[in-house]
Amino acid sequence: MELTLKQNTGRSKIHPHKFALWVGCASLLMMFAALTSAYIVRQSAGNWLEFTLPEVFKYSTATIILSSIVLHASYIAFKRQNEMGYKVLLVLAGLLGVAFLGLQYQGWVQLMENGVPFTLNPSGDFVYVISWLHAAHVVGGIAILAVAMIHAFGLPFRVTPKRKLRFELSLTYWHFVDALWVYVFFFLTLYR
Amino acid sequence: MAHATTAVQDQETKLIEELGYDDHFHEHEHGDKFKSNFITKYIFSQDHKMIARQFLITGIIWAIIGAAMSVIFRLQLGFPDESLAWLQPLLGKWIEVDAATGVGKLSQEFYYALVTMHGTIIVFFVLTAGLSGTFSNLLIPFQIGARDMASPFLNMLSYWFFFLAGVVMFFSLFLSTGPFSGGWVAYPPLSVLPQASDGSGAGMTLWLISLTLFVVSVALGGINYITTVLNLRTKGMSMWRMPLTVWAFFITAIIALLSFPVLVSGFLLLMFDRGLGTSFYLNEIFIGGQALDHVGGSPILYQHLFWFLGHPEVYIIILPAMGLVSEVLSTHCRKPIFGYKAMVYSILAIAFLSFIVWAHHMFMAGVNPFISNFFVIFTLIIAVPSAVKVFNWISTMYKANIRYNAASLFAIGFVSMFISGGLTGIFLGNSAIDIQMHDTYFVVAHFHIVMGVAAFFGMFAGIYHWYPKMYGRFMNETLGRIHFWGTLIGAYAIFWPMHYLGMAGVPRRYYRFDSFEYLRPFDDLNQFITIAAIITFFLQILFVVNFFYSIWKGKKMTTKNPWGSTTIEWTTPIEPVHGNWPGKLPTVQRWPYDYSKNGRDFIPQIEPLGPNESEVH
Ligand code: HEM
Ligand SMILES: [Cu+2]
Repeated sequence: MELTLKQNTGRSKIHPHKFALWVGCASLLMMFAALTSAYIVRQSAGNWLEFTLPEVFKYSTATIILSSIVLHASYIAFKRQNEMGYKVLLVLAGLLGVAFLGLQYQGWVQLMENGVPFTLNPSGDFVYVISWLHAAHVVGGIAILAVAMIHAFGLPFRVTPKRKLRFELSLTYWHFVDALWVYVFFFLTLYR
Repeated sequence: MAHATTAVQDQETKLIEELGYDDHFHEHEHGDKFKSNFITKYIFSQDHKMIARQFLITGIIWAIIGAAMSVIFRLQLGFPDESLAWLQPLLGKWIEVDAATGVGKLSQEFYYALVTMHGTIIVFFVLTAGLSGTFSNLLIPFQIGARDMASPFLNMLSYWFFFLAGVVMFFSLFLSTGPFSGGWVAYPPLSVLPQASDGSGAGMTLWLISLTLFVVSVALGGINYITTVLNLRTKGMSMWRMPLTVWAFFITAIIALLSFPVLVSGFLLLMFDRGLGTSFYLNEIFIGGQALDHVGGSPILYQHLFWFLGHPEVYIIILPAMGLVSEVLSTHCRKPIFGYKAMVYSILAIAFLSFIVWAHHMFMAGVNPFISNFFVIFTLIIAVPSAVKVFNWISTMYKANIRYNAASLFAIGFVSMFISGGLTGIFLGNSAIDIQMHDTYFVVAHFHIVMGVAAFFGMFAGIYHWYPKMYGRFMNETLGRIHFWGTLIGAYAIFWPMHYLGMAGVPRRYYRFDSFEYLRPFDDLNQFITIAAIITFFLQILFVVNFFYSIWKGKKMTTKNPWGSTTIEWTTPIEPVHGNWPGKLPTVQRWPYDYSKNGRDFIPQIEPLGPNESEVH
């Protein structure tokens, strides 16, 4: 559904929807900040199983960063009226997103095989829960990219302000979940 | 007089005509769709004015339910030996009737369920959604000169998530095992282990679902409020020209968006502990002589996560009330609010500090006493901006020619309550004194006065004041004043004695007191409190009747600006229109508190500064 009212006071520099998305991201960030703080608090209380993170998480981190870059390239192609580049890169970004989830799954399997099954000790459970919660946000992001693809292939190619805005919203969110994982990854690597 | 007000109105219309901002808004562009369809107008409305009323009426219904629950458990506390068999038609099996004597007792399990539901409902559904949801929706677009919220659609969703949260919670009341009964703070292990108590099973599951839906509602609303305030202010409405109401709603939304997600994270770990066998919060628990295999968790961890929301939450409740009170007081004192900027800065200071005091709820939970000191200091510091606000309200009233009416009386009552309750906070904030006071009726007295009653007073002030803007009619003034005096006296009668109970060590959350010798002397006081509570509860019927009666039969609003207010919501037509202003948007020329200036009673915000006039702040 669209805005039922056109509001324009002619003074805002950033589109309200974009701004709203930023605010929403800040809020989601708090969820992860809370979990990582809980992690630190719990860790300092002892009875904390020590283990190293599975290697796969490094590859998944690289994958999601790459996906962000590719989506950004798609956006630039879109703005430059390069239809082919826009479509191909968009699909590629989506596929990399799916690949990220696949690698995360490998990570969880490896973690289990390394002797840190779910429910063994909070130190492992935190890794599972935080990465699952993050994966859920990536699933949301992939859904958004799927909608973007439906637009890309279903609608005639045209660079309108409305479609540009839509793309920018998807892009911002995708960068956000990317940065979020990078944060989680470094956090979990550093606070062992 | 009538002539004078029409003249003022004509002049205001002219000002908007001349100076207004033309945003090429066409009222009828979508207007027909909105007017013709009952469903889109009254149910799935995207108009902020309608959504505000939906929040308010839903809040009123929840307030009645929540307050009625407290009357029932007060009966138990005041008259533990009387038969409650007459409540059986309402409560069914929760009244356990002795077959031989016919004496009915409130089930102990259900007593706890009532206390828990009372707290949850009043804190979240009434004083968060009903208060901030109602007035943020009503006043943000109106007072900053916007056609509607930044996203009316998300705004509608915000209400419906709240509604859904309510449906789930309401449904949980009818479970055969009863609703959740482990206290509104839902501490583990009661909230984690389904076998811990009756309410910890399905009741707790529904409680969690309901509150998660509720957080979604708060988030959607908050994103909208922040975006609207920052992006959709009309020309001339700089931040320093925003009424204190808007400042309060804006900062409240920021606090909510930063703190509620933390609660969700806390809930997430709770859900894993409940359903998937993790042990984030559980450690070495014995139930019925059996050791559980949950080890390695910490119940304190939940308390940290909960109170990181919980303390900001109390300010989420009180800041909007403070905003409403500032506005109502200034208008009816016919004086500029004293220290406008100090008011804004103290809201900001409170907002900031509210994030670093949470552990004052945990002094007695086994946190490190050295760390407690840190929280003691910040807790005491938060009293400073609170005191600044109190000082400014009193200075605003000082030597003012106050128009006493239901709205302004409730605003004054708010100040009284906030002082009384704030002072006891300073006692509790000292971790050494808290050793005696914690989990006693002193705490109950503290937070009911400073948050419960004060926030209700702010809400009543807002309702009586903006009722004409919501319904185009006035509420009955006489009933309003009786409502005020009755509630003021009643509330003090209920909560003042609780301080003494608390100091004497009467613990909160007990089903009855007579098994302890040292608690015997307080039977009379407990009866007194219960009687006061019953009377005060029934007094609220006056308000409810007045509210609904006036929607259809209240005195009609004949002028746009009945209170002689400076703010721009009173330049909108009496008969509300989609988009708020039929033609151009008003532009704002001055700050919102020009009362009794240059020999004039008030100068509306849309009037340009005179040649020799400077804008005062
Ligand atoms: C003047 C500043 C204030 C101070 C220093 C203060 C301090 C405290 C402290 C230390 C406690 C914990 C007592 C205990 O459990 O032993 C407490 C409880 C509480 N306070 Fe305040 N408070 C202040 C203002 C407020 C305000 C403005 C509100 C709400 C609008 C509020 C709402 C509450 C609530 C709801 C609780 C109890 C929660 C529970 O345990 O169920 N307080 N306060
Ligand atoms: Cu607190």
